Amino acid sequence: MVQERTLPQFQASAAQISPEEGLRLYEDMVLGRFFEDKCAEMYYRGKMFGFVHLYNGQEAVSSGVIKSLRSDDYVCSTYRDHVHALSAGVPAKNVMAELFGKETGCSRGRGGSMHLFSSEHNMLGGFAFIGEGIPVALGAAFQSRYRRDALGDPSADQVTACFFGDGTSNNGQFFECLNMAALWKLPILFVVENNKWAIGMAHERATSQPEIYKKASVFGMPGVEVDGMDVMAVREVAQQAVARARAGEGPTLIEALTYRFRGHSLADPDELRSKAEKEAWLARDPIKRFEAYLLEHSLVDEGALKAVRDRIQTTIDDALTFAEESPEPSPDDLYKYIFAED
Amino acid sequence: MAETLLFNALREAIDEEMGRDDTVFVLGEDVGVYGGSYKVTKDLYDKYGELRVLDTPIAENSFTGMAVGAAMTGLRPIIEGMNMGFLLLAFNQIANNAGMLRYTSGGNYKIPMVIRGPGGVGRQLGAEHSQRLEAYFQAVPGLKIVACSTPYNAKGLLKAAIRDDNPVLFFEHVLLYNLKEDLPNHEYVVPLDKAEIVRPGKDVTILTYSRMRHHVTQAVKGLEKKGLDPEVIDLISLKPLDFDTIGASIKKTHRVIIVEECMKTGGIGAEIIASINDRYFDELDAPVVRLSSQDIPTPYNGKLETLTIVQPKQIEAAVENMVALKV
Repeated sequence: MVQERTLPQFQASAAQISPEEGLRLYEDMVLGRFFEDKCAEMYYRGKMFGFVHLYNGQEAVSSGVIKSLRSDDYVCSTYRDHVHALSAGVPAKNVMAELFGKETGCSRGRGGSMHLFSSEHNMLGGFAFIGEGIPVALGAAFQSRYRRDALGDPSADQVTACFFGDGTSNNGQFFECLNMAALWKLPILFVVENNKWAIGMAHERATSQPEIYKKASVFGMPGVEVDGMDVMAVREVAQQAVARARAGEGPTLIEALTYRFRGHSLADPDELRSKAEKEAWLARDPIKRFEAYLLEHSLVDEGALKAVRDRIQTTIDDALTFAEESPEPSPDDLYKYIFAED
Repeated sequence: MAETLLFNALREAIDEEMGRDDTVFVLGEDVGVYGGSYKVTKDLYDKYGELRVLDTPIAENSFTGMAVGAAMTGLRPIIEGMNMGFLLLAFNQIANNAGMLRYTSGGNYKIPMVIRGPGGVGRQLGAEHSQRLEAYFQAVPGLKIVACSTPYNAKGLLKAAIRDDNPVLFFEHVLLYNLKEDLPNHEYVVPLDKAEIVRPGKDVTILTYSRMRHHVTQAVKGLEKKGLDPEVIDLISLKPLDFDTIGASIKKTHRVIIVEECMKTGGIGAEIIASINDRYFDELDAPVVRLSSQDIPTPYNGKLETLTIVQPKQIEAAVENMVALKV
């Protein structure tokens, strides 16, 4: 096992959060976890196909960042995109229906697990090739600046959050887009979810400088590392980065140190990660940790947390029923959506 | 009417469309302060400012993806490929995202963007700067591919491409920027999906595009002296192909010669022949002939380069042979 990085310290006790906001974050994390567990079950029961990459363990990153955004801000994701879409507000039933290949899916059954889109929720997509979502996210951020500064629209202060993994931080698009974002002071958050493994390639074996957040400095951009298993810590750095972006002060690179509790995809035998490593990270489960935080600070009681879990279980059950009962796309529509006029 | 050079016709198209719609912007290498390598965006930086005529770093894949993101969120980017060959570096963003994303998203997003710039074989520019990417890109779903050939169609087609809600690959030719033509003073738009009948005729249909149109026109002068009457069609739209115009011509002449600057293997002509076999086999009196560039990297040496692309004499001979049924 490679020596673990020391997680940055965060003074959670000094952080302020209302009970309502706490429950909102908790609900979003539980939604992500329950949704993914249901996906695993459906995949193994042969109801879901293709490559399915689950997000278990990383929930604090999605919830901490996306719940710090406004509904008119933009989110851009990768192939591990279910939970980002859910945090962005895409209804669970439409995400589940997409995974079932149904017409009611958020991409109308044409996209699948790695290609979740929703223009209604400014979800720019799940992008399945490494790094290719970063330039697209940059374009959304450029568009905000263009509307504000070239077209003189003062209300155009939308921020874009762009998620990707540690493996992507060695790809050219990462560096090219950091450069352009800093050069043009674009309102964007580059959120690296460093879960230590790019399928079977350990991060330390793939990069000459494992501390990804430090790569921001050469572009004159703030780079911060954060404990990605602590939603309060992620929320804190996200809020600061969003405020800076919205004020026209440019991009931020956030490196969230996190871990996926399952293999790369449901097809991954996951034989390379050590038991000790997995156990160490499982002990930091971000949902259990946030439950403890909420209870310790008397923000909510156990009954309120259970009510959230019960409600989300119902949401997942309803999503599954919706997905199973929805129609598949019509064969007559095979060519629909190739062109804008279709 | 005013005599206009082709590069200025393109510039007028961009200027007019930027004036008409403030979501239209240009991005690419040296498009702003420098005015474009072929001066297609000259002075537009001063007129529209640095965000609407955006000088990008040399990062083709990333600025192309950035244009996709801007198009998804409501802007109408025009990318200038300083040389279209450089866009091999943007192949992923052009194919996966510009071309396929609308479909993959189930219609969530449209991607109104133009990718334009000089393609084709120039004068001894070497292999990398002499590419014909239209053939490489034709298999990508969701892309429209257009090749202009005269100042008149360059201006009208580029205006149509900018107004189109789909991604359009717009090929100019590096050796045609200084063509001159009297252009109308009034505004006009040329539809993207219509082939242009350059010369009506009855003996044989010659399908061509871009600079090869002018090689064909030269050949036709010789053929006319020999009493032959070919029909010349500039395809304009390489994808989708205008089979209304192509089919009507085949039904008249029953003979087809394709003259193209792309390489023979996997070329535009290969696709046309397959489609003609599907649609008009019974109309043909002779096998379709295609004259294409050689399947080699374009050599630097001038004589070898000349041998690489189709010359007017070869076109003349091919038409004569076909009419004499010596195909």
